[in-house]
Amino acid sequence: MQSLLERNAILLSIAILITVSIGGLVQIVPLYTIENTIEKVDGMRPYTPLEQAGRNIYIREGCYLCHSQMIRPFRDEAERYGHYSLAAESMYDHPFQWGSKRTGPDLARVGGKYSNEWHTEHMINPRAVVPESIMPGYSFMAETLLGFDDAAEHLKTLRAVGVPYSDEQIARAIDDLNAQATGEDGDGDIEGFQSRYAKAPLGDFDGDPTRLTEMDALIAYLQMLGTLVDFSSLDAKAIER
Amino acid sequence: MNQAIAMPTYDDEVVKKFVIAASFWGIVGFLVGITIAFQLAYPILNLDLEWTSFGRLRPVHTSAVIFAFGGNILIGSSLYIVQRTCRVPLFGGPKLANMVFWGYQIFIVLAASGYVLGVTQSKEYAEPEWYTDIWLTVIWVMYLVVFAGTLIKRKESHIYVANWFFLAFIITVALLHIGNNVALPVSWFGAKSYIAWAGVRDAMTQWWYGHNAVGFFLTAGFLGMMYYFIPKQAQRPVYSYRLSVIHFWAITFLYIWAGPHHLHYTALPDWAQTLGMTFSIMLWMPSWGGMINGIMTLSGAWDKLRTDPVLRFLVTSVGFYGMSTFEGPLMAIKVVNSLSHYTDWTIGHVHSGALGWNALVSFGALYYLVPKLWNRERLYSLRLVNLHFWFATMGIVLYITAMWISGIMQGLMWRTYDSLGFLQYSFIESVEAMHPYYVIRAVGGVLFLVGAIIMVYNLWMTAKGRTRDEAPIALAPSASSAGN
Repeated sequence: MQSLLERNAILLSIAILITVSIGGLVQIVPLYTIENTIEKVDGMRPYTPLEQAGRNIYIREGCYLCHSQMIRPFRDEAERYGHYSLAAESMYDHPFQWGSKRTGPDLARVGGKYSNEWHTEHMINPRAVVPESIMPGYSFMAETLLGFDDAAEHLKTLRAVGVPYSDEQIARAIDDLNAQATGEDGDGDIEGFQSRYAKAPLGDFDGDPTRLTEMDALIAYLQMLGTLVDFSSLDAKAIER
Repeated sequence: MNQAIAMPTYDDEVVKKFVIAASFWGIVGFLVGITIAFQLAYPILNLDLEWTSFGRLRPVHTSAVIFAFGGNILIGSSLYIVQRTCRVPLFGGPKLANMVFWGYQIFIVLAASGYVLGVTQSKEYAEPEWYTDIWLTVIWVMYLVVFAGTLIKRKESHIYVANWFFLAFIITVALLHIGNNVALPVSWFGAKSYIAWAGVRDAMTQWWYGHNAVGFFLTAGFLGMMYYFIPKQAQRPVYSYRLSVIHFWAITFLYIWAGPHHLHYTALPDWAQTLGMTFSIMLWMPSWGGMINGIMTLSGAWDKLRTDPVLRFLVTSVGFYGMSTFEGPLMAIKVVNSLSHYTDWTIGHVHSGALGWNALVSFGALYYLVPKLWNRERLYSLRLVNLHFWFATMGIVLYITAMWISGIMQGLMWRTYDSLGFLQYSFIESVEAMHPYYVIRAVGGVLFLVGAIIMVYNLWMTAKGRTRDEAPIALAPSASSAGN
C-alpha cells in the first residue's frame, strides 16, 4: 500500500484528503444533527441593530483577544461571573466570541453589572476607574459617529446565514437603531421596538444625547450580554445534555 | 544509468525571493510581537489610537510570524526540496512559481493592512476578511499545482518523505481554509462579511481549523523541512524509514481530531470534548516518533553538534518540538486544562512550539539555504551563527518560564478561596500580579529579535560573498588536539 502511494502523487493526495477528512466530519456534522446540541431555552432573540453595530465594533477592536464570553461550569466562575454559559446563548453569534484568553475578565454576563457612565469612563480611560488595568483606552469611540446606515443590509445578510430576522425587523432597522439609542419615539416607535426585541436596553449610552457614536453602540451591546435567558425560571432539565 | 546524472537546472531564483521575504517578515513579526508584549506590561504604549491598540496589533503579530515568516520559509524550502528530491525543475517553470511568490506577498499585505484598519472576522489565525480569503485560495491552488505537478513529472521512482509532509500540509491547509471561512459579504464593495456558522458550531469549526493550522501548517510543513535539512546537514540518512511512514499517517489521521481541546468545559457537547482530549493524548506518540526520527538521524554523527552551529539549530528545534508536543497533550487533559485554559500558560506553550520549534528549524534552513542558493562556499561567519543560537535560546527560556509562572499563578488565583469561603482575589489583583512576568517575557522577545538581526546580517554578508576571518569553531582546544 505505502509503496504504491509513494510512487503515485495523485493517489497519495487522495489518500491524504480522505485521512484528514474523517476527524472533522465526525466532530462537526453531529453538531447539526444531534438535537440537544443547542438547548431549548426561552428568551433568546437576534441582536438589535444597535447591539449588532456594537458587536461589530467589539470584533473590529479585537476585544475577544483578551476577554472571553464563555463561563465554565466551575464554582469559582459561577461566583465571579454567573451561571455557566449555554450553547443557546450564542446561537445567533456570527461569528462566535467565546475567546481563548482572559487577560481581562469574562464578559459573557457583563450586561447590567455596571452603569452606562462607568462603561463610558472606563472605555475612554480604563485607569480612571480601575487604576491597575492594562486595557488600552478607546477615547476615539466617543468621538466617532456610528456608521451603520446600511443596518438593513447587515440584518439581511445575517438572515441569509440563518438569523431569524423578520421582514419588519429588516424594514425598520434604522428606525429601531435610533429608537434604542435615544429612548425616544422620534421616527421609531419605542413600543414597537420593544416588542420586536425583548429586554433591549434603551436610552443614550455614552452620556451625550446629541450624537450617536460608536461608544453608544458598543455599550448597548455590552449592557445586553448574558441578560436574555432568565435563569431563575429555567428548568434544569431543559439545559441537561 | 551513469550518463543520466547530469544535474538538471533548478528554478532557484524564486526560492531566493522566498528566503529574502522570510527574513524580512520574520524581523517584522518579532518586532510587532515585542511591541504588544510591552503593551501588556505598560498599557500607555497602546497610545490610545485605534491603529496601535493591542487588539489590532496582535493579529498583525500572529499572521506575520505564522503566515509571513513561516509561510515564506515553508513555501520556499518546499520548492527547493521538491526539485532536488524529484530531480526535475519546477512544474510551470519560474513564471508560475513567481506568481505564487508575489501573490502570497500581496496576501500578507492585504491581511496586515486590514488588521490595522480594523478589518477582521475575529477568527483566530483566520482573521482576514472574505476578499483576502478568496485571494489566498487562488494563490494556494497555484502553489498546489506547482508542487504536485513537480511531483508528477519527477525522475525519481519514489516520492521522498519530506514531500509527503509538504503535500499533506498544502492539501489540508486548503481544506481548513475553505471550511472555516465560508462567509457572506454584506456588500461586494465592502470589507465586512458574516460567517456562515454560528455559536457552538462556529466554535467547533474555528478550532478544527485553528488546531490544524498548528497541525498542518506549523507541524506537517515544518516536519517536511526537518526530513530534508537534518539528514543533509548531518550527512546521514533518515534514522528509520518505517518510523517515518508510521509518523506520517498517524499525524495526518490523528491531528484533525484534537481541535475540541480548545473548547474544554465550554458549551461544546461533552462527547466532542472527550474525543478531542482522547485524540490529543494519542497524538503524543506519533509526535515523539517524529522527534526520535529527527534526532536519531544524528546517530554516528553526534560530534558534529559541537562544531556545526547550524546543525545545533536544527536539532534543538526538534528537541523543542518534542517538549511542546508533550506539553500539548498534557494541557489537553480536562483537569489540567481547567487550570491552564484562558491563562498565559497557553501563550507560553504556543511560543515554546513557535519559537523553539518553528523558528529555530527555519533559522537552520535559512543558514543551510543561503550559501547554496547564492553559490557561496560557506556562511560569512559560523561564530555569529553560534551567537545567534545563544541569544535565541536564552530568549525562549525567559519567555516560556515567565509564562509558565504567570499562567499557573493566574489560574490558581482565580480559583483560590479564603477561610470564610469567599474568592480570595479580585480579577484585577491577578492582572497586577502578572506585571513582572510580562516584563521578563518582553525581554525574552528582545533577545530573540537581537539573535534574528544577527542572522540577517550574517546571511546578507554571505549573499554578498564575504567570509569573516575567524577561528573555526572547534572542540575545546586541548580536547581537539588530543582527539586528533
